[in-house]
Amino acid sequence: MDNRLEKVVQVLQEQAGATYEESRGEVHVFIPARQVVDVLIFLRDEHEFSLLSAMTAVDYWPEETPRFHLIYQLSSLTQNLCIQLRVPLNGGQPKVPTASGAFANANWRERELMDMFGITFEGHPDPRRILMPPDWEGHPLRKDYPLGYEEPQFSFNLDEIDLRKPYVKD
Amino acid sequence: MGIEQKLGNMGVVTTTLESAVNWARTNAMWPLMFGLACCAIEMMSAQAADFDMSRFGMELMRPSPRQSDLMIVAGRVSRKMAPVLRRLYDQMPEPKWVIAMGDCASCGGVFNNYAILQGVDELVPVDVYVAGCPPRPEALIHGVVTLFEKVKGEKFADLVNA
Repeated sequence: MDNRLEKVVQVLQEQAGATYEESRGEVHVFIPARQVVDVLIFLRDEHEFSLLSAMTAVDYWPEETPRFHLIYQLSSLTQNLCIQLRVPLNGGQPKVPTASGAFANANWRERELMDMFGITFEGHPDPRRILMPPDWEGHPLRKDYPLGYEEPQFSFNLDEIDLRKPYVKD
Repeated sequence: MGIEQKLGNMGVVTTTLESAVNWARTNAMWPLMFGLACCAIEMMSAQAADFDMSRFGMELMRPSPRQSDLMIVAGRVSRKMAPVLRRLYDQMPEPKWVIAMGDCASCGGVFNNYAILQGVDELVPVDVYVAGCPPRPEALIHGVVTLFEKVKGEKFADLVNA
């Protein structure tokens, strides 16, 4: 990896106890959940990683525990570098402090993750559902959530599906 | 027969009230501008110059539900949009009809998942389904003409008993 990135990763290893992986030219640094915001502010202020390009999560159920990996992708425009922070989270009550104080665009990304995965962001100014209707129950992008609610129709099961379908009786 | 024979060429036509009312309804049915997704482009092009829907009476598309008779649901309906659609349908005055345009409005289309309603007939009663992804403007016009034939066959007795 790039020399400048090496130095950054070394500092993170010493200070935050992080481990790292390199995969296809990208650097993934694993950070514990409690230290995420400090690491983000440190990278933003000290090392000019001023753009939070992407913030997402992956569900590795049932193969891996911890189940969720929360991913922050930071870019430095002045140095032309990208670094990815991964935060492993357990499935029970995943909680992370909010990054919307450090990066303003994290606000809606965190709302999306709260909606789709059920990861709680402590201190978030507006914890509402963003994609699903506000009274929806469940978190759709988890691996144990069903994909759809109606099976594909073929000619052999058309009549059964027709009987069960909630047509409106207006 | 009788009156026309007597009055000859005076330009008088006799007909039933039902046919007259249905003729009036089909000849000036204004659709509600309800394009949700890709099918909206085909609906727009059906309304535009080349495939003119104005020749069938749909001179203009009204954005307001209070002033329209026909709701062409063009595109996929998501869970978040569903209450809005139902509200607009309720705001339309009688008589009103619904055309489900395209695969997504008819049956969910390619999207068989939690976020998309599998067919808009879970929400509003549909009169004509137009298949296609998206249906060509000619297909939409064929659907509209089918709806007109359905309207011409409507009887007052059905409305009274319903």
